[in-house]
Amino acid sequence: MGLLTFKGGIHPNDGKSLAKDQPIMELLPKGDLVYPLSQHIGAPAIAAVKKGDHVLKGQKIAEAGGFVSAPIYASVSGTVKAIEKRLNPTGSSVDCIVIENDGAYEEAEKLPVKTIGEMSRDEILNTIAEAGIVGMGGAGFPTRVKLSPKEPDKIDYIIANCAECEPYITADYRRMLENTRELVNGMRIVLSLFENAKGIFGVEDNKPDCIAKLKEAIKDEPRMEVKVLQTKYPQGAERQLIYATTKRAIHAAMLPADAGCIVDNVETLIGIHYAVAEGRPLTERIVTVSGDAVQNPGNYKVLLGTNHRELIEAAGGWKEEPQKLISGGPMMGFAMITLDAPVTKTSSAILAFKEDIVAKSQVSACINCGRCVEVCPSRIIPSRLADYAERHDEEIFVNQNGLECVECGSCSYVCPAKRPLKQAIGSMRKIALANKKKK
Amino acid sequence: MNEKWNVSSSPHIRDKATTGNIMLLVVIALLPATFFGIYNFRSENAWLLVVVTTGTAVLTEYIYEKLMHKPVTIKDCSALVTGLLLALNLPPTLPLWMGALGSVFAILVVKQLFGGLGQNFMNPALAARCFLLISFTGKMTYFVYDGVTGPTPLADLKAGEAVDTMSMLIGNIRGTIGETSVLAIMAGAMFLILMGVIDLRIPGTYIVTFVIFITIFGGHGFDPQYITAHLCGGGLMLGAWFMATDYVTSPITKGGQILYGVCLGLLTGLFRLFGGSAEGVSYAIIISNLLVPLIEKVTLPKPFGKGGEK
Repeated sequence: MGLLTFKGGIHPNDGKSLAKDQPIMELLPKGDLVYPLSQHIGAPAIAAVKKGDHVLKGQKIAEAGGFVSAPIYASVSGTVKAIEKRLNPTGSSVDCIVIENDGAYEEAEKLPVKTIGEMSRDEILNTIAEAGIVGMGGAGFPTRVKLSPKEPDKIDYIIANCAECEPYITADYRRMLENTRELVNGMRIVLSLFENAKGIFGVEDNKPDCIAKLKEAIKDEPRMEVKVLQTKYPQGAERQLIYATTKRAIHAAMLPADAGCIVDNVETLIGIHYAVAEGRPLTERIVTVSGDAVQNPGNYKVLLGTNHRELIEAAGGWKEEPQKLISGGPMMGFAMITLDAPVTKTSSAILAFKEDIVAKSQVSACINCGRCVEVCPSRIIPSRLADYAERHDEEIFVNQNGLECVECGSCSYVCPAKRPLKQAIGSMRKIALANKKKK
Repeated sequence: MNEKWNVSSSPHIRDKATTGNIMLLVVIALLPATFFGIYNFRSENAWLLVVVTTGTAVLTEYIYEKLMHKPVTIKDCSALVTGLLLALNLPPTLPLWMGALGSVFAILVVKQLFGGLGQNFMNPALAARCFLLISFTGKMTYFVYDGVTGPTPLADLKAGEAVDTMSMLIGNIRGTIGETSVLAIMAGAMFLILMGVIDLRIPGTYIVTFVIFITIFGGHGFDPQYITAHLCGGGLMLGAWFMATDYVTSPITKGGQILYGVCLGLLTGLFRLFGGSAEGVSYAIIISNLLVPLIEKVTLPKPFGKGGEK
């Protein structure tokens, strides 16, 4: 009782014990580094180097392609080998900058650093944009844009998404334990942009050590608070997290700022700290390597652009040949067609499983059991929406609130008939959203 | 190395529950009532009727799907549940061929011809019971207990006679094979609730509405003895816990399930108090089945962010 939460949701086996107790280890890449120009939402970045150029670690290699975009920095020193199409983790062939690592890790000049008190609002925002910070929980939305709502005075809460509700992933968990100071300072920097806002760390109650550590770290911070959330998937979904921590509810057509909230993930806030307080642009992130097919699951500090194969090698290779690889979590991550893809700003994990449960499941007829309705955090009727989607009835799909879906996959997870509900609803949503934009 | 791995849309994990094991849980939950019925009536015909009716239901599904070149779905145990429920709704003395005919009607006409599992708009077992009741009224309303023929306690109650509520609770009374023992039915229902297969929403509102209805219109006021007799008599308990909760033919919306329970309670009360027959549960359920699409239409939930989050 008393734990903050939302209605609906599921309790899958969290698998976190595999990697949870492995401290973050640094991984230095041996092979080439690959940087997709589009690893965020918005316009792709524009390459600022050409083949043959020598680059330094922390040197900007691609400029933001617009306001909603983000620049990209080299994570090693070396030579630009090519600018060509390569596969990204989701299996699409995209424009990438390829850098041959010279192993020297020669560093470029850092971004200018001042104490927070001396920086103006615009200076801080520009540093965040300049450092290439995007939402690193998975969405990849440019953080500067998120931190620039129309009316900054009306922002009441900055919520640090410390839920990490996806099974298996423990990257944020390790960050909260090992980089508490940086996380809190990231929050301090963001709070300095919003005079009237309070900072909330929303942590699930399966991480008591993080809760204790954060509470200790903020005891002298009158504007910050730790809120303990019920452990339940998808507690870390933006809308559900806002509701759990503030009791404010927004629907699909609203932005968190409309409810006076801004949500940032752990890794993002730490990135903000490094950028603003230490002048270091975004060149690394924590990636969890886990799953039952991995020899030694763990958490790695990985330079962006590192090939996933090197991560698996670092974790001791396969325990058993996997059937399925997932970039991100098992609920919302992407199945990877090949290991040969780089770590990007939004890669939170690579998971390898001996068995592909989805391929094994036999799809049968809906028996109207209502389990999908029970668990849907958006409080819609997934089984019916999937039916409308399957017969391409866009009008009724939109009418029955199909666009409210957050694509958390809880419905597909519980369905006893093993129907791919989220897949059907997700495809229809894409079409309906595109058509809505046209109008 | 150029290996290719399995790809599919997220999520990449699935819960263990399957349609087959949910149906199997329902079968297990029906076993106390089934065994009690067979023991209670001590007639060879009773257990043969259970075997024949259940077997015919499964066989009908198998043959139909084979003939139609459809995937055979008897492994999902849904035909087994239908056959067993029908058997429990038949008098122990019914000729076996009538039970078999009921099963063919349930599976072929009510279920398969409307598209198979998940597509039927009426509970197949109850539709078949009503079909048999109309076709063979005499045999379907002929009740014997301990060698003595006579009316069911519910009919006695309607006629204004005294009934023994303790025997109605235990089940050593006249009635259909599976409906007489409230204790056995409740044991199964508790099991289903604990296993998360059903919840209280439909049976709870059904029973509460029914109690309110008979309190107002029963002519006995709030008389616990009279109300208990009504609750334990006839098919109310079997219907409320095992038939009204049938997923396929009940509303998927939560508000709808409440409204559906209210409809069931009102109709059952209406049929029992003002109808020609003492019983009314089967008709109340199949008529409410027909109302489900309308009920769902008026009880669509509000989504998150538009009032549905609370």
